[in-house]
Amino acid sequence: MTTTDTQLSDVAASASSLRRFLHGLSGVDQVGAEERAARLATRSIKTTAKRFALDLATSMVDLTTLEGQDTPGKVRALCAKGRQPDPSDPTAPPVAAICVYPDLVATAKQALAGSGVRVASVATAFPSGRTARAVKIADVEYAVSQGADEVDMVIDRGAFLAGDYLAIYDEIAAVKQACGGAHLKVILETGELVTYDNVKRASWLAMLAGGDFIKTSTGKVQPAATLPVTLVMLQSVRDFRAATGRQVGVKAAGGIRTSKDAIRYLVVVNETAGEQWLTPEWFRFGASSLLNDLLMQRQKLDTGHYAGHDYVTED
Amino acid sequence: MAVFEYAPAPESRSVVHVDSHYGLFIGGEFVESEDGSPFKTVNPATEEVLAEVTAAGPRDVDRAVRAAREAYDKVWGPMPGHDRAKYLYRIARILQERARELAVLESLDNGKPIRESRDVDVPLAAAWFFSYAGWADKLEFAGLGPDPRPLGVAGQVIPWNFPLLMLAWKIAPALACGNTVVLKPAETTPLTALAFADICRQAELPAGVVNIVTGAGDVGAALVSHGGVNKVAFTGSTEVGRQIAESIAGTRKRLTLELGGKAANVVFEDAPLDQAVEGIVNGIFFNQGHVCCAGSRLLVQESVYDEVLGRLKERMTTLRVGDPLDKNTDIGAINNPAQLAKIRELSEVGAAEGAERWSAPCELPEHGYWFAPTLFTGVTQAHRIAREEIFGPVLSVLTFRTPAEAVEKANNTPYGLSAGVWTDKGSRILWMAERLRAGVVWANTFNKFDPASPFGGYKESGYGREGGRQGLEAYLAH
Repeated sequence: MTTTDTQLSDVAASASSLRRFLHGLSGVDQVGAEERAARLATRSIKTTAKRFALDLATSMVDLTTLEGQDTPGKVRALCAKGRQPDPSDPTAPPVAAICVYPDLVATAKQALAGSGVRVASVATAFPSGRTARAVKIADVEYAVSQGADEVDMVIDRGAFLAGDYLAIYDEIAAVKQACGGAHLKVILETGELVTYDNVKRASWLAMLAGGDFIKTSTGKVQPAATLPVTLVMLQSVRDFRAATGRQVGVKAAGGIRTSKDAIRYLVVVNETAGEQWLTPEWFRFGASSLLNDLLMQRQKLDTGHYAGHDYVTED
Repeated sequence: MAVFEYAPAPESRSVVHVDSHYGLFIGGEFVESEDGSPFKTVNPATEEVLAEVTAAGPRDVDRAVRAAREAYDKVWGPMPGHDRAKYLYRIARILQERARELAVLESLDNGKPIRESRDVDVPLAAAWFFSYAGWADKLEFAGLGPDPRPLGVAGQVIPWNFPLLMLAWKIAPALACGNTVVLKPAETTPLTALAFADICRQAELPAGVVNIVTGAGDVGAALVSHGGVNKVAFTGSTEVGRQIAESIAGTRKRLTLELGGKAANVVFEDAPLDQAVEGIVNGIFFNQGHVCCAGSRLLVQESVYDEVLGRLKERMTTLRVGDPLDKNTDIGAINNPAQLAKIRELSEVGAAEGAERWSAPCELPEHGYWFAPTLFTGVTQAHRIAREEIFGPVLSVLTFRTPAEAVEKANNTPYGLSAGVWTDKGSRILWMAERLRAGVVWANTFNKFDPASPFGGYKESGYGREGGRQGLEAYLAH
């Protein structure tokens, strides 16, 4: 793949150069993108391929609780589940991370010690992002100080829709700096960006500003993750790597509840960005109820029948 | 080995029953031939013999035409439109009910991937019958005069690339307008037409309204030249179309021809590139490129040539070539050895003429007829692969600098069936569509078909329109 002539390091030199670059990206045809996603969704993943996909999807889950009613007890329960998703089958892989609000990071960190499961924290006035930048930075610094391995920030969608791309660029760069060694996931909230052109521009904006991951949604806005939105983001990370050599991950979050859905996402990853993205390091599912469906499907492959909801743990 | 290896996901063959021998469908029943001979139809993906079929003789053709005439005079011609509609709706519903069986049968006999026969061929065939069923009692409102009348007996000859769908394109409008038909499916793909004969019986369609005679080109020639035929409809090669036009010149027969193509798929620099690449792939590799309206000439604006070509090659490496019955197969088998030989020959000509050949890396099965998805770069208007219809998974890539040059190159062909335009600029789409000499111009998509949309060509791509209100005209006197 060829690179653009633009020196990507200079892209954000000014508001106008950044705008020129983002608007110079080739457009996304809505009908075509949705057709492509729908066609990939007809792939038939059976037997050994299904088993591989179920385990891979399990290992990519960011098991999430982001509720006002969250308590240390709830978070500890979720962490136990993340370490060992299926108590009846130790071969079920652990999830990638537990995702919580900043004030519960320390609890999660303690509960996950030694497990290899990472702690992700949402920050930057999640989910709306509507506060002063200093507050957002303080939010991030607090999460990191509590031990967050990964920070899921939200972009300022208002600024994006107003065309103030440089403000978002600067904010992402500042958050990235505040993250220190923590991985930064940039939530685009695609349900508020609405068009695929916007999704593509926001993806590039987040990558240019230093995001390690681009993430579809907070889960608090409908629609959350969709297959075509994720397709467009995967095309963006693929093109970004071809242009810069840097690989950026993708997280599809919100609304993915069944194994069938998750496998469709994996097919899209496989046939769009490619197999280099088929690891928990580069692709994640932000989900809560998905994990139990993956476990039930896994049990079904082993035993030939569905065990039902009482044979997986509910938290 | 790939990280994510898709396990085989074959569609079951057990949903379809193939008889070991088929007669001809004449006068509402399967009959043995009077003067024909048996031949075999094979699965192009394995070379396995599927069934023995009957090549009709001249007396058989005559019998079929007389059966159609009798049904026209006594039953179908006088029948009110709303009653004809009931039969067409019934056929459409049976096509849907038996969709899985028909899809498997089509993939077995034709070699096309089950994904396409399941998602495109069979649903569209049913849609064609539904659509024309709706016209049957509304013909006086079709803009073709106050009292349009059927023509009589239609002799219809169809190709092997979309056997059941082309049958639907031919039979649905003919029957809706009150004609009866004798249809000859292609020699290499008779099985879904014979299954359709069974569907006619299941729908209790009056005997003789639909007759199916199988066989090769001589059977088609006997049919179109038969004195009892009032209307000839042919889809196939320009060469045969020309012979048919000559053979019926001077008779009172009406004729529609849907022939070859060498469509230009024009990609402008402001196109949505990922979707354009998808459209290029769909344009030329859909149905192994066995598509008369295939986008076989890619015209790319020079400023995005490298980028488009890079993306296209990358996309082509993900195409899954193999077992047509596997639900994950994108590209199936070439339908027959003669076609494979032609594709190979023209590909060799392309390389010899100096174009650069590139094929997607893929493992082709040992048995059967296969050709890897291939593109040629450095092609110019002077190359044979830019002018002749290859009718296979082979794309010729050319470049242009300005919209005017794109139009000039796109139109510089003896054909004129279809074209594609890829751009984010709406005004440019309209500007191009006005100037492209092609029956269909797709904008930011390709190979889209709908029963409400007319389809047909300019120049050597034939004449007459199929589909939509316009498609009625071919089967009505007015």
